[in-house]
Formats: sequence, C-alpha cells, structure tokens
Amino acid sequence: MSTETAGTGTNAAKASARDAMKENLRQYGLVLALIAIMAFFGVMTNGILFLPVNLTNVVLQNSYIVVMALGMLLVIVAGHIDLSVGSVAGFVGAVAAVLMVDFGLNPLLAAICCIAVGGVIGGAQGYFIAYMKIPSFIVTLAGMLVFKGLLLWLLGGRSVGPFPTEFQMLSAGFIPDVIGRWTIIEPQLNASGNPIPNTGLMLHSTTLLIGVLIVAAMLYFALQSRRSRESHGYEAEPFALFVVKNFVIAAIVMFLMYKFASYKGLPNVLIVMGILIALFVFITKRMTFGRRIFAMGGNEKAAKLSGIQTERLTFFVFVIMGMLAALAGLIYAARLNQATPKAGAGMELDVIAAVFVGGASAMGGVGEVAGAVIGAFIMGVMNNGMGIMGINIDWQQVIKGLVLLGAVAFDLYNKKKA
Amino acid sequence: MSQTILEMRDITKTFPGVRALSNVNLNVQAGEIHAIVGENGAGKSTLMKVLSGVYPFGTYEGDIHYEGKECRFHGIHDSERLGIVIIHQELALVPLLSIAENLFLGNEQARFGIIDWNKARRRAAELLKKVGLREDPDTLITNIGTGKQQLVEIAKALAKDVKLLILDEPTASLSEKDSHALLDLLLEFKRQGMTSILISHKLNEVKKVADRVTVIRDGQTIETMTRDEVSEDRIITSMVGRTMEDRYPSRTPNIGETIFEVKNWTVHHPLHPERQVIKGINLRVRKGEVVGIAGLMGAGRTEFAMSVFGRTYGTNISGEVWLHGKQADTSTVGKAVASGLAYATEDRKVYGLNLIDHIKHNVTIANLPGVSSRVGVVDDMAELKVANEYRRKTNIRSSSVYQITGNLSGGNQQKVVLSKWLFANPDVLILDEPTRGIDVGAKYEIYTIINKLAEEGNGILVISSEMPELLGICDRIYVLSEGRIVGEMAGHEANQEKIMRAIVRGEERAAS
Repeated sequence: MSTETAGTGTNAAKASARDAMKENLRQYGLVLALIAIMAFFGVMTNGILFLPVNLTNVVLQNSYIVVMALGMLLVIVAGHIDLSVGSVAGFVGAVAAVLMVDFGLNPLLAAICCIAVGGVIGGAQGYFIAYMKIPSFIVTLAGMLVFKGLLLWLLGGRSVGPFPTEFQMLSAGFIPDVIGRWTIIEPQLNASGNPIPNTGLMLHSTTLLIGVLIVAAMLYFALQSRRSRESHGYEAEPFALFVVKNFVIAAIVMFLMYKFASYKGLPNVLIVMGILIALFVFITKRMTFGRRIFAMGGNEKAAKLSGIQTERLTFFVFVIMGMLAALAGLIYAARLNQATPKAGAGMELDVIAAVFVGGASAMGGVGEVAGAVIGAFIMGVMNNGMGIMGINIDWQQVIKGLVLLGAVAFDLYNKKKA
Repeated sequence: MSQTILEMRDITKTFPGVRALSNVNLNVQAGEIHAIVGENGAGKSTLMKVLSGVYPFGTYEGDIHYEGKECRFHGIHDSERLGIVIIHQELALVPLLSIAENLFLGNEQARFGIIDWNKARRRAAELLKKVGLREDPDTLITNIGTGKQQLVEIAKALAKDVKLLILDEPTASLSEKDSHALLDLLLEFKRQGMTSILISHKLNEVKKVADRVTVIRDGQTIETMTRDEVSEDRIITSMVGRTMEDRYPSRTPNIGETIFEVKNWTVHHPLHPERQVIKGINLRVRKGEVVGIAGLMGAGRTEFAMSVFGRTYGTNISGEVWLHGKQADTSTVGKAVASGLAYATEDRKVYGLNLIDHIKHNVTIANLPGVSSRVGVVDDMAELKVANEYRRKTNIRSSSVYQITGNLSGGNQQKVVLSKWLFANPDVLILDEPTRGIDVGAKYEIYTIINKLAEEGNGILVISSEMPELLGICDRIYVLSEGRIVGEMAGHEANQEKIMRAIVRGEERAAS
C-alpha cells in the first residue's frame, strides 16, 4: 500500500536519504556476493586465485564480456535483447585479421574501421527493431546466424594470424612503468646472475600511483557530492557509513592495484575497460540520453507521450551495442593473436547472463552499469576458480546456470518482500 | 403476468476508499428487455460484474436470487452455468482466430480434449444464422467489422445456452445501421422468450426496445419505470438529479485573448482509415480560461486530444492548430511541447507514468533539458530541487521524491503527472479525465491546481465524463458527440440537462 506520511522538515530529508540508500542496497549486496565468491574460491584453490598472475588473467579473460555487458545493459534496460553480439564480435575479429594480416593495414586505422563496421551492423539491426517494429529477439537471432555465417565465409575455414605486435598489445600488453620498478625485496639470482622468477618483490610503481590517484579522485568526488547535498539542505547518508563505505572501496582498489603491481602492472585492456565503465556509468546516471533509455524501458508509451523519440533512442542503443561488440571482437582476436572461425560462439549468453546477474530486469527499465560489471566478474571468477579446481566443463555449465537462475530468483523474492 | 427471473437485493460494493454501489435493487421479469441507464461511473457495470461473478460472492453485500434460488457465484463460470451471460463493452474476441474458434473458446466442441471440427463448424453455422450473420465460420475475427464482431459475441453467448443475456453498452462502438440491426435482434430474442438486460446511456435505444428501465445514479437505484412511463425528460431528470454540493473551489475568472485554437480538425481511425472519428472540430481556449469538453464515452474526446498532441492517435489527420495567434506545428510530441502544449492522459498508469521509477525522475522526464547542461548532462541537484518544488506545489504526499510512483495512491499519481507537465511549462494544458478514480479530497486539490494555473494565465482544456465536475470548474463547455461538437455553452448557463439534451440531439441528428 501507499505510504502517505505528510513529509515535513527533517523527517522528509531523512526519508530522502534513506530512499537514496535503499537504491544502492542491491549494489552493496552484489559487491558482497562477489567478495564472498572470491573468498570461497580463494580458499578452495589454496590461494591460487589471488596470485597476481591469476588476477591479471581473470581481467584478461573477462574483458570482452565486460565491454559487451556495458552495451547489453543499455539494450536490456531499453526493453530489448541482443543475441547477435557473439557472432558480431567474431565477425569483426575476422575483419580485423583480414585488414591487418592480409592487407597489411595500419592497426589503428584497421581498428577504427572495425568499430565503424560494428556501428553499422548495430545500426542495421537497430533500424529493423526501432522503425520496422520487429521484435529484437528475432532481428538479433537473424543477425546471430548471418554474422556467424559471414565469419565462416570471410575466413574460409582457416585461422588468420598472427597480428602485428602493436595490435596484440591491446590484450597482451601492460602499461609502461614510467617511474621505474620499486624494489621491496631483491630477487635471488641464479648461477648465471639472472633473477630467479617468483623471488623477491618488485612493484610496478606507476600502477600503484594510478591506484592512489583513482582512490583520491573517488574520495574527492564522493566528498563533493556529499557537500553539495548538504549545501542544498538535503541530508546525506550518516558520516560513519560514508567513511566505512569509502574506506572499504578504497581498500579493495588498493589491494587489487597492489596485486597488479607485483606482477606486470595494469593490463592495457583494463585501462580501456575502466574508461568505458566510467563513461557508461556517467551516461546512465547523469546524461539525458541514459535517463531516457530508462524511462523508455519503464513505460514506452508514457515516454513517447512525454516527447521522447523512442525510435531514434532504440536505434542508437543498438548502434552503441554494435560498436562495443566490435571492440570486444578486437580484444578477443588480439588475445588469441588470431581470428578463428569459432570466435565469439556462445559469448552472447555470458554477456546476457552477466547483465541479469547484475540485477537488470528482463522487463526493461531497471539495471545498473556497476551491477552488470560485477555480474560479469562474478561469472568470470567462477569460471576461473572452477577451472583451477579442475571441475569439468560439464559441471561448470550446470553450476553457472544455477547461479544465474538463483541470482534472479533471489532478486525477485527480495522485491516481492519489499 | 410474468414472473421474476432475477432479483438483486440491497447490493453494496465498496472499493478501497470508494462506495461504488449502495443498496442497489434490481428486479428483472422473465422474457423482458430491461434497460439500466445512468451516467458514466454511476455503477452500472459494477452491478453487472457482481451479477456475473466477476466480483465473487463475499466481496459484496446483499443477495442475488435467480429463478427463485439464492445464488452465490464464485466466478464467471458459476453464472454461465445457470445461463447468465454478459457481453462486455470491450469485446473479448481473439482477433487472429476464426469465428468458429472464437464461438467455442473455452467451450470447445470436443471429446476427451480432441476438437470435433465438423461439429464445431456445423454448430457455428447454426448460431450465426440465429444472429443473422452471413459469414463463413472460418473467417478470422480481424477481417470482419465491429458490428459483426458484436454479433459473434452474441452468438457466443447463445452457444452457452443463455437464458439471461446482459449487454454492456453494446452499441458504443457501432455505426447507426449496425446498432439498429443489433436492437432488432434483441427484440427477436425477446419474441423467442429470452430475457435481456441492456446497459446503455443512449436514450433513443432504450426507448426503442426496453420494457422497463432502471435508473442508477451514484451507485444507487433511483427508480424503475415501465415502458409507458418512459420519457426522455424523466430519464434525464433521474439520471442527473443530484444537487451540486460545494465540491469545487471558487475562482474569479480573468479571461484574456485566445491562445489556443483548433480549426477544422478531422481524424480517421488508425485501424479502419475509412472511418472518421473526429469530424471537423473547431474550438478555442482563451488565456486564463478553463474550457470543458463533455460527452459520453466513445464520443471522441480522448481521440481528439491525442491527435492534436503530437498526432499520437489516428491517421489522415487534417486541420490547423493555432497557438498565440500563430499556426503551430504539433505533429510530434516534441514539437507540440515546444509550441507550449501539454497533455495529461486519461490513463496515468499506461500512458502517464513510469511506475517503476521514483517521483523525481517522473517529474522531469518531459523537460529533461530544463535540468541539464547543453550537452545533455543532468544536474542532479537542480533536478532534486525541481522535484521537491513541484512536490510541494502540487502537494504530493509521499515519504520523499525518491518514492516509487507505482506505490502512490491514484490522487498522488495524478499530481505527479500534473507536475511533469507543469515543469514542461506549457501555455495550454489539456487534462483528460484529471480526477478519474481518485477520492473527493484529492479531486478538490486537483481543481485547486487547475484554478491556479488558469489564474497564472494558462489556458486549460478539461475532458471529463463527470458532468458535475465540468459544471463546477469550467468557464465554457463544448459538448462532443460522435466526433462532432454539438453544443457550446457558458459555464454559468450550462447544466446537466442541457448537456444531455445536446448529446441526444446530436445522436438523433447523426441517426437521421
């Protein structure tokens, strides 16, 4: 039933702070779930999961899923679905291979071409969905078949590679240590005077510095938004909670940065991912474009009668999805260092699962970028952990399926209770 | 001479906050056509839903006696088993199934779950003959017109061995010719001994077929008259004869020059483009003026408003819209809003609000640029300020602007819709059924907001099915019937009788 307390003075302000917090509660739950899953697999793998080299691996293995999950979040919030992203990613990887390996095109130019191709593909599908009103399920199912076929045709059954070194760096590279190594413990040397691997502790100091900068920026913005709320006369969350929350986040960031620093530093692809994640958080939280997608997904008729051009909006959502699928295809190809006919197969399912585990609603209108990213990592950590534990691929699938179902069921149960 | 087949005694039905029926009595004789008349919202349909078991036994007070036995229906199946079949205002046919399939939907001609298509077709042909519909039983519903669909509904009722047929506004969406055919069919059934209840507010129809007429007003039975006693005057007085209470805030109108004018507006039905829904409407609204559009359901009021506002209804729209003495382009919602027009819909849940999002986001969605930078970055603080400001202005009762709109009461939801459009800063506001389904207190608040908007120099166009409401708040009233304006009167000169007369006259003119 409706709560109809006459909101007066500070009560209203307090309630508003409480409501704002409730909004975030789900997300905290997801973060806690991720931490719990990591701790579980950390124990089960005797700490292998947390080895710097393995954490780096988790990032590399999931980067393309995360990139696509960002676009898929918009698609699902808009009330649609895109089944074609795996095929499109595979196809674009093949295009990249043909351009760079067969035609010797400059890698940067080739990459730009490839992302444009992705945009055009997304636009074509978006046109049928937005303007021809064909259900996205059908259009992208068709797209899935078409681009899987085109991928096979383009490669003619062969694998094309290797890619130029510059391009490989997209997935295999790490940011340069401009400051230099920070040696904590000297590594032991072997007989010929070379350092023995896995001895000593030398930190990638640029990575640490970036970590510190990120934490500082985060705290700065958090404090500023808090101050802005207060200066406008709205109560912010309790200060103690604010401190604890930010401390925990900062600690997690620094812990991960330390792990990366003690291996080879930050992977390039993590930088790309980080920038994209920040951009998409900004788009969904702060931009009219994002706001309108949520409004459309929540009630398309009302959005239309509020003057939102829903067709155009849907179209652009699919253009963005296509570009991100293309980027994911590039990352995947660079990681394998070749384009293969099987590239991208089944990827769409991991991407969609990540978004739903992250709390998006299949009915549209509900979802969070952060949720989708965390959802992707929950699935990724499970993949990685079960792999290390030597669980067979068959049971891995079963467990992942049950986690997806369980996560969504839990979510719906909570919503009903509330 | 004849005996009572149905008696409903002291039926009282309450919804949260609203008493829809109080102590209604209805007595229907076997073999008669009994008409129930009343204004929109008087409780006619509610009464029939009680009778057919849509509202099961226990959710209402009072008893139903049918064929001498007391009945406690727990669902529509219970009443249908006794031969009481209701045909609702909105047809319940599946468009992409054939006539035969629809006739036996849920009542299939089957043994052990296997449908006997030959039998179904044969029986369908018989039933269609009974209702005088010459169509192949295999024709899809979507391929026949509304009039014929109505006949299929009746045939469907006959398939269930109907003894008491209830028709809820059967002619609301029918052409004059189809209506006549339908009424003739009712008379034919009567000759065969069937009893019917006809719900209608078209008085000419009632006069034509009814043996007795029961008038319902404000959820109460006013009187039941026999065929000889029936006259238009008497029915109208009975229907509208309530006193006007002090339910409307007072206002001294300060009316300026014309700011909104629609000329020669014509609209065709989106699915049946040959049908004209709006037939050349001319109207104008002046600064500071509250103008009402009266009319019965199906008169084309919402269709008119939506077609003007961004062409969100209809095809082949022609006519001109003038705002501030200049012709305005309102061909998309965006352009309509930009030229200073706003339209708050009749169905706030379907067309007005994003029910899964909170108040703040709903208030700003029609004017996001108003709280954003030029490149489309929303200023959260500005937005919060706006939402709180309108929450205070329209007196939305909620825990905060972060409350989900789906959890608000109807009146508060309506205030969110109003806030949304007020923030879009229109000069002319079209309000479609602004107080539908909300309680009296909230209604008063909505009227106060309307008055304030008028005082600030806006033009307000109010569409309402509640005549007292229009009489209470409007400076001028247009009467719409069958897509035409059939009357225009100053607020202080208007009364319900005049409006009803204009509607009846309009219908008669359309019929002749």
